[in-house]
Amino acid sequence: MTDTVLRKSYKTHWLIILLVTAVFGTGAILLGVQYWAEIKSIAILYALIKIILIVAPLMGAVAYLTFAERKIIGYMQVRIGPNRVGPRGWLQPIADALKLLMKEIIVPTNANRFLFLIAPMMSIAPALAAWAVLPFTDTLVLANIDASLLYILALTSIGVYGVIIAGWASNSKYAFLGSMRSAAQIVSYEIAMGFALVGVLIAGGSLNLVEIVQAQQGSFLHWFWLPLLPLFLVYFISGVAETNRAPFDVSEGESEIVAGFHVEYSGMAFAVFFLAEYANMILIAALASLMFLGGWLSPFEGTWIESWFAWVPGIFWLFAKMSLMLLFFLWFRATFPRYRYDQIMRLGWKVFIPITIVWLVLESAAVVLKIGPWFD
Amino acid sequence: MDGFTNFLKSLALWELIKGMGVTGGHFFSRKITVQYPDEKTPMSNRFRGLHALRRYPNGEERCIACKLCEAVCPALAITIEAEERADGTRRTTRYEIDLFKCIYCGFCEESCPVDSIVETREFEYSFENRGENIMTKQMLLAVGDKHEAQIAADRQQDARFR
Amino acid sequence: MDFERIIFYIFAAILVFAAGRVITVRNPVHAALHLVLAFFTCAGLWLLLEAEFLAIALVLVYVGAVMVLFLFVVMMLDINTSPLREGFVKYLPIGSTVAVLIFAEMFLVVGSKHFGREVVAIPARHAADYSNVRELGSVLYTDYVYPFEIAAVILLVAIIAAIALTMRKRPETKYQDPAQQVLVKPADRVRLVRMKTEQKQ
Repeated sequence: MTDTVLRKSYKTHWLIILLVTAVFGTGAILLGVQYWAEIKSIAILYALIKIILIVAPLMGAVAYLTFAERKIIGYMQVRIGPNRVGPRGWLQPIADALKLLMKEIIVPTNANRFLFLIAPMMSIAPALAAWAVLPFTDTLVLANIDASLLYILALTSIGVYGVIIAGWASNSKYAFLGSMRSAAQIVSYEIAMGFALVGVLIAGGSLNLVEIVQAQQGSFLHWFWLPLLPLFLVYFISGVAETNRAPFDVSEGESEIVAGFHVEYSGMAFAVFFLAEYANMILIAALASLMFLGGWLSPFEGTWIESWFAWVPGIFWLFAKMSLMLLFFLWFRATFPRYRYDQIMRLGWKVFIPITIVWLVLESAAVVLKIGPWFD
Repeated sequence: MDGFTNFLKSLALWELIKGMGVTGGHFFSRKITVQYPDEKTPMSNRFRGLHALRRYPNGEERCIACKLCEAVCPALAITIEAEERADGTRRTTRYEIDLFKCIYCGFCEESCPVDSIVETREFEYSFENRGENIMTKQMLLAVGDKHEAQIAADRQQDARFR
Repeated sequence: MDFERIIFYIFAAILVFAAGRVITVRNPVHAALHLVLAFFTCAGLWLLLEAEFLAIALVLVYVGAVMVLFLFVVMMLDINTSPLREGFVKYLPIGSTVAVLIFAEMFLVVGSKHFGREVVAIPARHAADYSNVRELGSVLYTDYVYPFEIAAVILLVAIIAAIALTMRKRPETKYQDPAQQVLVKPADRVRLVRMKTEQKQ
């Protein structure tokens, strides 16, 4: 019998891991710098590097979003949250990732092995692919395509396949129930979301995200959140529902169906679902900031203190707005109890869709009559 | 009119904003987490943790093998075998507590006429192998020897309520 | 072969394979998933034709919404496929006749006589600033505005008809009305009463 709690210090382990990463990282960067001209001349390689430059920070953001979630919800529940791994818990997401990487992926008996393993990929691929057209500033965008908003809408709509296939391939009742709920919910809320986006298209006069942000230039009050306030709320709440986050997380309602569609998943396969969920959250936050909160535009534009903040790069404002939106995601989760299923359906079909349609009519009238200061 | 204000309130998400105000307010409140094992909450002198068998100050074990604890134990966790010792006193040859069965109700301590079996404040223990859950007489006596001062102080503090 | 053509052949091969699997695979869920793959590769082919709006709309509408509902139903039905195959020989003559007829009709209408190189010129490549969405919108809302609106109304009629046909009011069913439930306030359910402390008799 051991009569005290076992505690070991892993400090040296962490130092070694950090050192190895640092050595290899600097080596790769030095090589890249040395052969930069050659790399830039090969189009595919250059695009690949740009993709890595978007996806790698995104993965880091996802990891630390989970940490922020646990900390913030902890604080709202008068707790401290994780603070054991690393200084003040800052290495917690890395420890979680390592744990999930090393765990075994268990495929249930009678599960459809191919679909079971492909479902997490189907879930994360659209979540990452949507970032291809997302502008960070006027010029900093991987692919500035014409119908970028439509592209994002299309890609977020196929994210549901990961959930459906996971539920079906698991050959488990709970997983299947979860995926059915999730599919119905996502399809319903997509309509309200699409209508909200139509409002943005009418106001911005373009399907291109860069042009939509540029249409919001002027001041804090010129951003679309004010003229399109109901659509902004509908969009954001539908976004919460689309990403299966609380209070709309019936697809994994742990009190009823254990963990919903990913109940049979373990190890890295589960981690990929987790990554997709959080990447989608960040995507929704980014889209809400771009379409309703002026993207990379400074909130002090047009006021007398504008020149004070002239040195702040636009991308900082975008990240600040995204962080605010993400805070709301976490805040909702800490505050609201889960919706009952029929209430979710009622909210989507009987509340949100009518609101968006009414506001679309009003907005179209305002655009046609050129009512200022937004539509003149 | 009431219906209309209700409608406006629900459109403005009034109740939800109120709820978020509550959680948002708690975000800044003082945290009540006790950071075990660095910090520990104060413990009652009546705390019922790991069992111990006590001795008299002269080193003689208190237990007289009356088997009252064995009889009262609701989880049947205690096993006692007794024999006459060379000096003619009745003593246990075997006194075992199965910690997996024990529910830490403290009845054994209540029933003991000689204050022999007690429950200590010790609660940070674990087993790493099968069979370690059985506390033998020697182990129980060792626990008692280790914590005798604390046990005696706790019993002293509680004496006037007994 | 240039890069674009390689991509075309890859996508075309996947499309033909997926379309073939849709009708040959035994499991209906697999068939539906192959149909999804077919739609997706089809969207890729449309992108090569510079029809990015249609391609994205195909993904959005068919892959993102219609096929989800399709899968939804197919997964829940749990169809036993063996009885479906019983009448294969019996229906073979009529089936093949219909297939040949459809093929002949399609050949007459969309054959090379009507859409061949000598009849229709190869469409010109557009510059990078060409907006497929804008072109489509301007054509749709000027030249074809009446057909477009009529199609929209027909769809609306179909929606309303579908709802009207399936909606039955059954008096014996009991159900909750969430709209009523969410309106409930604490005061409706709990009455707080202030009363004096009772004395012991």
